[in-house]
Amino acid sequence: MAVFAPGGATPPGTPPRLGGLHPPKPPWPLAFRAFQCWLTVYRRIWRSSIWSSVLGPLFYLGAMGFGLGSLVDRHGTASLGGVSYLAFVAPAILASSAMNSAMGEATYPVFGSVKWNKIYIGAQASPLRPGDIYRGHLMFMTMRLTMNAAVVTVFMVGFGAAESAWVVLAWPAAVLTGLAFAAPIAAWAVTVKSENSFAYLFRFGMMPLMLFSGTFFPLSQLPGWLRLLAYVTPLWHGVDLCRALSLGDIDLPMALIHVGYLSALAAAGIWLGARTYRRRLYV
Amino acid sequence: MSSVTLRMLPPTGRLARLGRAGGDVGSLRLIERHARVYRHAWLIFASGIFEPLFYLLSVGLGLGVLVGKVPGPGGQLIPYRDFVAPGLLAVSSMNGAMYDSTFNIFFRMKYAKLYDAILATPMRPAQVALGEIGWALLRGTIYAVAFILVMLALGLVHSAWAVLAVPSAVLIGFAFAAIGMTGTTFMKSWQDFDYVILASMPLFLFSATFYPLGVYPRAVQVIVECTPLYQGVVLLRDLTIGVVGPDLLWRAGYLAVLGLAGLYVAGRRLGKLLLV
Repeated sequence: MAVFAPGGATPPGTPPRLGGLHPPKPPWPLAFRAFQCWLTVYRRIWRSSIWSSVLGPLFYLGAMGFGLGSLVDRHGTASLGGVSYLAFVAPAILASSAMNSAMGEATYPVFGSVKWNKIYIGAQASPLRPGDIYRGHLMFMTMRLTMNAAVVTVFMVGFGAAESAWVVLAWPAAVLTGLAFAAPIAAWAVTVKSENSFAYLFRFGMMPLMLFSGTFFPLSQLPGWLRLLAYVTPLWHGVDLCRALSLGDIDLPMALIHVGYLSALAAAGIWLGARTYRRRLYV
Repeated sequence: MSSVTLRMLPPTGRLARLGRAGGDVGSLRLIERHARVYRHAWLIFASGIFEPLFYLLSVGLGLGVLVGKVPGPGGQLIPYRDFVAPGLLAVSSMNGAMYDSTFNIFFRMKYAKLYDAILATPMRPAQVALGEIGWALLRGTIYAVAFILVMLALGLVHSAWAVLAVPSAVLIGFAFAAIGMTGTTFMKSWQDFDYVILASMPLFLFSATFYPLGVYPRAVQVIVECTPLYQGVVLLRDLTIGVVGPDLLWRAGYLAVLGLAGLYVAGRRLGKLLLV
């Protein structure tokens, strides 16, 4: 210990002073404490969110899969590979709803924890380090993603939209898709100055991704340059992975590319988040 | 856009004199306030035009090819993009008005404490309600005009009646702004906004926006016909396709009555909430 009182040696048994070195703490247990904080909050508000988590995908599957599907199926589904529109669109709804809930959880709640209800500021006064605060919140987001994706997967199976038992793997695939958005977006959301920035993210990020990532129609219908752009977007990788698993039409190398791409994005986000949180929360 | 708005409004001094003369211009001041605030966020405001562009592009490139032709108003088969474009205009009018009158008003009420400040002036709660809805309508008008122009550019407008689609879209916005504002006065926390989404999402998906009413069984059709968004969708679709009948008058009347009732209730509730 390098800290000495001016009069002499520190008496034995005294805790190290501020400025002295705390023993290094393992990263995940502390992050788990931050996660518990979010669980406590969630225990009070889950009732209202459960409705939109359950009924949202139900409405989408009903309107797109059955309503619009009846029109598409009548017109012919050769361009979809011969499957019904419901089977085509359901895994895309799974992946894109994971993206939507990831964007919802990783923007306003993160920003609000600095600016509005100041949960992060409170956590900062505890032994939690910024990285722990970030990872704890990310654990909570992962939990929400897992819950929401489970609901959609159950509906898919219930409606007969899944053509293969591999659909159980579409569930974690959707969670990974969500995480590939949540981790980097949360890392960015903590740095923004005004919540107006999120309006741009939703308008120029979420909406075009949702519409042009092979979700509601196959990418083969897009003009060439737009198709190349779509191949780069994370949502397309998530949609294609979920669709392959749900239809049981799995191309292993392609699936590995999807998983690798999404994991890389999530990992990059986790690496970046610890840094942006530190910069924002250590004043 | 907001600078245009500002030029349309008389300067504050003249407003004040008008107010003393007995004219009800309090609500105009609120609109002026919002216009000044949005001057700093004009890019968000202007980027609203990309929303219809993205949607119409995805329908034109993608879904339209998959769906082919659908029975339009009057029963003749029309291309899917012609069918869905007016539906999207109605939806965007609804969504714009709903978000403005729920999230934004809640924020101003609970966090920015804007109305507490306003009510310390001679302005009254009913004027606040009127001003907020007036602002929502102003925004809605700008977006509706932009949307119609995009439709026109993409060749999705088939009748001169489409001129009336702009006021109709504003009417849809009025009805939903008033309902949304009434709802906001009952809300306690951000969690309650899940219910707003819960109400607007099925309206968006099931109001014959993406496919004709005939897809449903008769019992469901009756329920859908009672919803305000369905009436708005039919109104706009008939106008842009050019199949116009007297039924459009009562559809518009339905939306107007809904809006006026909402405005009345919201004004009263705001007074109770804020003047304690």
